[in-house]
Order: sequence, then structure tokens, then C-alpha cells
Amino acid sequence: MQAATPSRRQPALSAYAMFVFAFIYLPVVVLIAYSFNRDGVGGFPPRHFTLHWYGQLFGDSAIWDAVLNSLLVAAGSVALALTLGLLAALALDRASFPGKALFRRLVLLPLILPGIITGLSLLMFAVFVNAPLNLLTVFFGHGTALISVATTELFAGLQKLDRAQEEASLDLGATPWQTFWRITLPNLKLSLIAAGLLIFTLSMDEIAVTFFLIGRDNTLPMEIWGRLRQGMTPEINAISTLIFVVSVALISIWYRLRTRTLRDVS
Amino acid sequence: MSASVANGSHVNVAAGGTLLEVRSVAKKFGAATVLKNISLDIAAGEFLTLLGESGSGKTTLLRLIAGFEAPTSGEIWMSGQRLDTLPPYRRPVNTVFQHYALFPHMSVQENVAYGLHVKGTAAGEATSRAEEALRMVKMHEFAGARPAKLSGGQQQRVALARALVNRPQLLLLDEPLSALDANLRKQMQSELKSLQRELGITFLFVTHDQEEAMALSDRIALLRGGALEQIASPREIYGHPATAYAAQFIGQTNLLHADVRGGWAVCGALRWPTGEADGPAIFSLRPEVIACARGDEASAGAVAFRGVVRQQLFGGANETLEIACGPEQILRVRIPAAEPLSGEHTFTFFPADAIRVRA
Amino acid sequence: MYSRAYKSLVSLPPLLWVGIFLLLPYALMFVHSFWMVRDGFIVHHWNLDNYAALFTKPVYLQVLLRTMRIAASVTLCSLLLGYPLAYYLSFHAGTRKELLYQLVIVPLWVSYLVRGYAWKTILGSTGVLNGFLQYAHITHAPVGFLLYSPFAVVLMLTHIYTPFVFLPIYAALETIPRPLLEASQDLGATPGKTFRRIILPLSMPGLLAGATFAFVLSLGDFLAPLLVGGASGTMIANVVQSLFGAAYDWPLGAAVSVCILMLTLALLFFTETFEKRWSFK
Repeated sequence: MQAATPSRRQPALSAYAMFVFAFIYLPVVVLIAYSFNRDGVGGFPPRHFTLHWYGQLFGDSAIWDAVLNSLLVAAGSVALALTLGLLAALALDRASFPGKALFRRLVLLPLILPGIITGLSLLMFAVFVNAPLNLLTVFFGHGTALISVATTELFAGLQKLDRAQEEASLDLGATPWQTFWRITLPNLKLSLIAAGLLIFTLSMDEIAVTFFLIGRDNTLPMEIWGRLRQGMTPEINAISTLIFVVSVALISIWYRLRTRTLRDVS
Repeated sequence: MSASVANGSHVNVAAGGTLLEVRSVAKKFGAATVLKNISLDIAAGEFLTLLGESGSGKTTLLRLIAGFEAPTSGEIWMSGQRLDTLPPYRRPVNTVFQHYALFPHMSVQENVAYGLHVKGTAAGEATSRAEEALRMVKMHEFAGARPAKLSGGQQQRVALARALVNRPQLLLLDEPLSALDANLRKQMQSELKSLQRELGITFLFVTHDQEEAMALSDRIALLRGGALEQIASPREIYGHPATAYAAQFIGQTNLLHADVRGGWAVCGALRWPTGEADGPAIFSLRPEVIACARGDEASAGAVAFRGVVRQQLFGGANETLEIACGPEQILRVRIPAAEPLSGEHTFTFFPADAIRVRA
Repeated sequence: MYSRAYKSLVSLPPLLWVGIFLLLPYALMFVHSFWMVRDGFIVHHWNLDNYAALFTKPVYLQVLLRTMRIAASVTLCSLLLGYPLAYYLSFHAGTRKELLYQLVIVPLWVSYLVRGYAWKTILGSTGVLNGFLQYAHITHAPVGFLLYSPFAVVLMLTHIYTPFVFLPIYAALETIPRPLLEASQDLGATPGKTFRRIILPLSMPGLLAGATFAFVLSLGDFLAPLLVGGASGTMIANVVQSLFGAAYDWPLGAAVSVCILMLTLALLFFTETFEKRWSFK
């Protein structure tokens, strides 16, 4: 549908759009290309193809420890944020309580406030309750901050859910508990998966909050961050390339799931 | 098949006895009063229709009976048991929803068996009863399909089977046919009616379509602005509407704002004998009780008046005329199909057909 | 239709959690901003000195102004890139629409750090861009101003927030009923007029949402300056970070944070008001 100017091509606009795409993708392409470059991260053109940096990466135990730490934190954050986010979304959708408007805004704050403010506030809280900084504090920070993402995504899912579905279930004799498990949750499946993947990705990538809550064990982004201060090597390009590939794989999975579920429903 | 449903454990009220009593029920949403002090009884085995425009409160009343809303005041009783304090899943009523509300993530068979499963019915029995119910609505061939694959009419049948399989004492239907096209709608009306006769289940049907209400119902409860306007059989409500609103909402009519004096009612060019007391009165005169007199012969007892044919609308078996019989007095007349008419004619009606209605 | 027990069951856990782990920490931040440091320890002595310092010492105001300049540049650049892209996709991409949309979404999921790092490798004095410029004989010595400058910060943040700005604008453009555009043309409006009088006003809520997003997130960023900004690219959040770190003046750092927070909330409040005015509902 080309409603604004039917049957008229817009060469200038198309060219500009391609330029924006190039801008968006240029850094990623450069990053990947130089991960195979023997002579380091700079210079032009990249010469001498090598897999050396990947080899070095796979032998780098500090990186893989950090990956494991990040996976642990991300998995925990997904569980925590989804559980509380689901409850919060249900509360916002169905319950009325004093301070509801305030609660809605408060939950969303970590999404719109600069990460440094949330990170520092949580740091002060940790010091206030005398909690030692370690992966647990990072997990608490990520999980709490990402409740915002879960709540938004699941609230949108609940709004799309036809209330008559639940009424029909109650009408047919299912208790509220049965209705929740058999009707509400299955209908939210897509939102739950989407929110889970998003939270996982965001947690894997988080620095601003992590920066202030991290103890001795590094998450992957913090490990990379630390190495950047010592100088750049294509090994960082290699791990970045892997992160990129995994991210794209996750989106494709999510996208496939979405189209398949949509096809099932409609 | 129908016998097994009709003899199910829930159906125990003697035919004709009162099944459901709505006692002085009112419902407010915040400051808005949606239902004002409604009382009505539904007899066992009856097909009762709640008829009204949108905003009349008909759907709210249905939802109060189903248990999705709680009344602000008043009580609802069913076979000697108080209903309005029970949660929806403990009430022996089932609902066919306006847009069916079929569960999209379950097959047709799973949808129908759902009510049995959640109440712990043995799997084997649930399956055979679901199959039986689907057979009853001629949908057994689609047992494995997802609801999204079905047409509107098929979804409608599944929704019906899903409700009926639980053998409710009372089936609530919330504008179930409104999403269907005209032809399918007529067909489903007739199927619904025969299903209700066969099963002997009490139907409480909500619609805004007066023709549908008249075709299906044993009785019609006409709601207006949250209050009960009239409750009566379709014939009674059509022949003797209690109010001007009822007369206009159900069928077409001419409302005559007459002045009664000394046994005669006068409204513009029309003048007829009446037993009403002196003073202003409103009468309903249906278009089809007015006849167009050919020549000068008038039936004994009929009153006559002259009118100019302004417009003639051909309707197949009959014609609707708009006639002017005085300054600013237009009447609608329905006569058997005739050749085109024009000019002034004599029209007649029997005084007994002018029905006195309340404002 | 939901019972009291159901409502309490779903409301209480998130309320408690958010109260303890979010509201309390933010409140602590606020409270700290009224305390002070004496002999290297935070003492609970209530005062307004931190705020007084912020408004009297010109260095803070200078950094804040630079930060807002950078954030405004990022917002403008992201809009200049994101809006035409969204417009192209919504109205002229034809059958490739879905694919192109996915292509914009992908970078959203890709690590902030990875993208920042990529720019660092491109802009450095021995970086890819300088390498290319010399390789193509455009320059003969490395160009130094590329990295460690406000320019680099703006470039990196624009790269990160362009897809964010694109999203709400695209969503707004997609909801414009197409018959409106036909009606506009039918009534004699040229494509340019149709854009100015119909499309632009109707996409305003999306544009505002995207702009706010880019501005607010840039305003509080401290990683881009550390990665590519250098000393001349220092932003207000870096001041906070150093006050909490090396300088160990948490109360003053908290006061700066509270100012950033207030600025952010005020901005959000204003755009919310404007969005309502532009949403025609």
C-alpha cells in the first residue's frame, strides 16, 4: 500500500533509508570483520584472515567464568522478574488499591530512569542493610529493575485477553485457581516468552546497574569492560561477535514462536 | 440423546413451576444506575427473552444471574436456593457468550469437555458426553479442530454444546446470534427453538432484535433504562402494548395523542368511540388494522376518515402507505399488495383496535 | 468478578517487593542528599549544602549544560535518522516491510557495550576509519578529533537510540488510517501538504515518545563518555560516578542524582501532557 503517493517511487527516500540501515549496521559489520583480522582491531583494510582470536577466546577461562556468572544472574532475573511482573500486571489489570497510580509509575521507573540512579540507589540500600556486594546483589538489582519490563509486556498481554474467556471458564464450573492455570496463563504464553527473552537479553547485557553492585565475580559485560581499560584486542571482537550471533539467534527463535502462535490462533 | 440431558441430575423442577426469581434487584456502577429494582420470575422450561436497546440493562441482568457481577441490592433465587451469593462456578447455570468466548488454545472437543474436566468428571465419561453434545449440535466431525478454523455459525454451535454438556437448569444466552449474517441467523433461530423444546431446559435469551424475540420467546421482558417496561407473551405484548414505548419498540405503530370527551376520542381528522375516561390519552393504532376502503362500502362498526396517499412502499406481500389526513397528521397504513395508489381515499378501522397505552 | 482474596494475593507480593527494593532505595538516595561527609564518614547531619554547592560552583552547571547539549544533539540526530526510516517503511517499503522492520529491531537486542566498543575501534587514531581515510589517500595523518570528543559520544548514542526512536514513530504511522490520506489527496492536497497537515500531526505522539526516550536516556548515560568521550565528553552522570567512587562524597553525588531524577521526571511529565494534547481521543 503506497497511500500517500500511489504508484510514485521515492528514490531519494529509499536511498536515505538505505543510508540509515548502513549506519545502523556498519559498526556490527566492522566488528565481525576485524574479529578475523590477524593484525589487530584497527587499520584498513583488514588483511590476513585468522581464527586465532577465537582460539584464544575459547581458552580464556576468565571470560567463560564471566559467561557462567551472567547466565546465572540472567536466569535468576527472568524467574524473579516474571513472577513479580505477572502478579503486578494482574494487580494493575484487576485490583484496585490505594496508591495504584503511584505503584504503576514506581514499577516503571527503572525503565525510564538512567541506570546509574537505580544502580546507586540499590548500592546505598545494600550498604544500608549491610549486604556484601556479590552476584546475589547483582541478581537482586537486575530482577527488581526488570520487573518493569515484565509488567509492561504482561499487562499488554492481559489487556488483549478477552475477559469473556475467564468468565466462560468460571461459568463452566472452573474455580478461579483452575481458571488461572488453564485459561489465563496459556493465553499469556506468548507475552511470557517474549518478556522472558527480553529480560534475559537485557540482564546479559546490563552494565549501568551492575557497575555499582558487582563484587569480585564479574559478569560478562563487566569482564569485557575491565579488559577495554587494558587495551583492545580482536579477542574482544570475537566475544562481541559471539554475543551478536547469540542475540540474533534468540530473536529469531522468538520471532518464529510468535508467527507460529499467531498462525495457530487466527 | 435429548432425554439423557433432560433427565440429568440438575433438572428437578416440575414443569411450569418457578425456576428463577429475581427479587427487587438493582445494580449501580459507580454513580450510574444500570438496573432499577427489577423483579421477575422465570418458569421452568420457559423461553424468556430480555429485550431492550443497548443500555437498557438486559446484559447486566444476565451477568448478575450468571454471577459475573453482584447486585447492589436485591436477591436472586433458584429452586429455593439463594443464587446471588454464590460464585459463578457454583451456580447451576451456563452461558452462551455473545462472541462465543471459545478457548483458542483448546480443540473443539477440549472446549466442550472443559466444564466436565474442571469438575472432576472421569475422563471416559467426559469424552462420551462431550461427543454426545457435539453430535446434538451436529459438530461431532469437527471435534479435533481449533475454534479459529470454524465459521461463525460453527463456533456458535460449539459454544452451545459447551454450555449444554453441563446440563444446566438454566441456559443464559447473551445475544448469541448477533454476529451471524441474516440467513444463518434465521436458521439458528429455528434450531435453537427446537433444541430448547427437545431438551426442556429453561432459556434466558438476551437480544435487541424484536423480531427475533417475538419468533423465539414464550414470554418477552421488555427493559428500558434499567426498568421493566412490560413482561408478557409476544402476542400479548404486540396486541396490547402497555406503553407507548412498548408499542413503538415491538412492531410499527401509529401513536395517536387523542383527547377523550363524552365517550369519543378525537385526534386530528380521526374520531372514534371509546370507553376511556375524559382527558388526554395515547392510543396505539397498528398500520395493519387500518384498511383502505374501495368504493364507499364500510364494514359495520368501523370508523372512516379521508387521507391523501403521500408515499407507497412496496413490501412484497403487502404495501406500506404514508397518508396525510390533516395538517401535520401522517399515518402509516399496511394493506395487501395493490396497484399504485394516489390521491385521496377513504380509510377505516375498528375502534377496538385503537389500544390505549401509557406514556 | 475477582474476589478480595484473589486481588490481595496478586497485589501484595509485588507491592511489598517494589516498596522494599525500589521505593526504599530511591528514598535512601533522596535522604542521603541532605546529609554530609565529615572526616571521611557520612554523618546524618541534615543540611542543604550539597544543593547549594550544585548551584554555586560553575563546574556542575557547565557539565549539566554540556550534557543537555549532547542529549539534545542525540535526540535531533536520532529523529532525523529514525523518522524518515519509519516513514519509508510504513508507506513505501511494500512487500519488504516486514523484513526491513525485523532488520531495525535486531540491533535493539544487541549489546550496548558491543556497539559502543565497535565505535571505539572505528573512531580511534589507529582505528578503522582513520585507516580507511589514509588507505584512500583522503588524509595523510590520523584525524584525532574523532574519538574522545563530544562528537564521538553523540555518534555512539545516536547509533544506539535511532532504533528506539524509530519504534514508536513507526507504530504511530502504522495506526494512521490509510483512507485519511486518500481523502486528503481527494480534497486536493499535494503529497507534501498531506504529510505536513495529516501524517505529521497524527504521528506526533510517537515522535514525542521517541524523542523523550532518546533525550532522557542520553541525559543519564555515563558509559558512552567513559568509552568514547574522553575528558571533553564528560557528562553529568560521570560526575555522580566519580563522587560515589574516588571522591567519596555520597551526599553530594546523591544531590546530583536527585537533580537528574527531577529533570527526568519533569521532562516525562511535560511530554505526557503534550502527548495527550496530540492524541485526539
